[in-house]
Amino acid sequence: MIDVISIYKTFYVPHEVKALVDVSNKIKAGEVVVVIGPSGSGKSTFLRCLNRLETAERGQILVDGVDIFDPKTNINTVRAEMGMVFQSFNLYPHLTVQGNVNLAQKLVRKRPKKEREEKTRMLLEKVGISAKAKAWPSNLSGGQQQRVAIARALAMDPKIMLFDEPTSALDPEMIGEVLEVMKTLAKEGMTMVCVTHEMGFAREVADRVIFMDEGMIVEEGTPEKFYKNPTHDRTKLFLKQIL
Amino acid sequence: MEQNISNIKRLSNPFAYFLSVGGFLVLLFMVIGSVYYATVAVDYQWRWFKVPKYFMYKSSVTLYAEGFGEIDTIAANKDKYDITVTTDAGKRTYTVPEGTFDWTEGDMVGPGDIIASYEGGWQPGILAKGLWVTLKISFIATFFGILLGIIGGVARVSNTPVLKWSAMAYVEVIRGSPLLVQIMIFYFVLGTTMNKILMMNGIPRLNAEWYGIMALSVFTGAYVVEIVRAGIEAIHPGQVEAARSSGMTYFQCMFHIVLPQALKTILPPLAGQFINLIKDSSLLGMISIRELTKATREGITTSLQTFELWILCAILYLLMTFTLSMCVQYLERRTATK
Repeated sequence: MIDVISIYKTFYVPHEVKALVDVSNKIKAGEVVVVIGPSGSGKSTFLRCLNRLETAERGQILVDGVDIFDPKTNINTVRAEMGMVFQSFNLYPHLTVQGNVNLAQKLVRKRPKKEREEKTRMLLEKVGISAKAKAWPSNLSGGQQQRVAIARALAMDPKIMLFDEPTSALDPEMIGEVLEVMKTLAKEGMTMVCVTHEMGFAREVADRVIFMDEGMIVEEGTPEKFYKNPTHDRTKLFLKQIL
Repeated sequence: MEQNISNIKRLSNPFAYFLSVGGFLVLLFMVIGSVYYATVAVDYQWRWFKVPKYFMYKSSVTLYAEGFGEIDTIAANKDKYDITVTTDAGKRTYTVPEGTFDWTEGDMVGPGDIIASYEGGWQPGILAKGLWVTLKISFIATFFGILLGIIGGVARVSNTPVLKWSAMAYVEVIRGSPLLVQIMIFYFVLGTTMNKILMMNGIPRLNAEWYGIMALSVFTGAYVVEIVRAGIEAIHPGQVEAARSSGMTYFQCMFHIVLPQALKTILPPLAGQFINLIKDSSLLGMISIRELTKATREGITTSLQTFELWILCAILYLLMTFTLSMCVQYLERRTATK
């Protein structure tokens, strides 16, 4: 489904950092991939390259066979098929909860009013927040906001969901409710790429864990193998630090 | 911080509070009083009672006969009279109120004879007309200023060189020269050429007011570009990422996500800009647009009430700007509660 072929990315501001060095990977349909690694390891950059929020300077990413770095590709149609959830929620503060979920359906999918309202209602119910449909984002807790953000991404009927540390900005008691929604999605067979530090989540639902450090994929494997028998010293050190 | 707390404490004492308010009133009284004293010292005659006629006055109508002839008929027409006069210049009928003429049928008239003389209806005075012109020009220029500012602001933050550099050049050129000079250029350079071209193509020429509006819009637009740019750049980049990652185009994101949010932060500086616009419209008198300032100047040449009319003119500007700033404060409070 997503084919990452040897991508490189360097940031020059504020100082030169090699964020991605020769990263290659294949993400199959229906697979749940969890990306972990210390901060600054390039895992977020990797995720953001997948829908061209960042452009790689070398290499290719094929999404369903479409090269997304090709200038001729209409990136908006590719992005419409990829939902993204951010660490800082990024709900639109000037719209209500249902306004947030409705907007892209209207502008990008061109759904008729009735259809998109029905979709919104269904999704808000799914993430357990239908009571707050008319509330403003600023009146919601972090966990509620993140669930709305997930509903907003799902409203586009994406084929792939990208999660960029969705629980890192949440208070501990709210992490559970967000992870619950993500687990449901995984069980429904959604293709997911998820940058997270939630080991429980990774163990329970991930098909594959990727460990990145200094812009490179150091190790990958099933969660079973990855957590029990890491082969690389860097992985062992990291796991020792976080567990 | 310490300073603030002690200030609040001091003012919460009612005696100190009234002393402070009283001090302000005394100061105000002293300023007004000394101005008044000074005018008395130079023998200025205050005639405020003559001022209302600059807003509304009753016109007087005098009808003259056009040539030698006679009064044909005088017929009642509801509560008025129709006087039909045949002179060597032709036959004419005048409709006049009762008691404003002293003729009977068959009377001879000569050219310049007064047929009737009476008070007409209420007419807006020169200041009222000037005020209206100022309001009209400010309103239209505000509209186009916002339009130019938003287009320019969006162009200014784009990555396309042609848009970005055009916006930058526009802002730098307009902000770098005096408004008065721009008004002159718009009227005497652009206006002359454009009117000539319009006339060559058989289209009626634009009058000075439209060139004044153009100059003000373009001038204000340049400042609004910078205000809009600052507003757009203050939006958290995550908002754009969220919108773009859901497949919205650049412009959809700009008009549905960024600008509505930016509007909230740019409202106060925008209001300041439009208050300036109202005041700057006083320069349009230079290209013979009779707005408030020019109307005041004309009123003074006929009445010599220099002091009253200039003070009144200032108060009228103050009323307009104050109303605008109150409206914006209301809007701000309304958007802030969201």
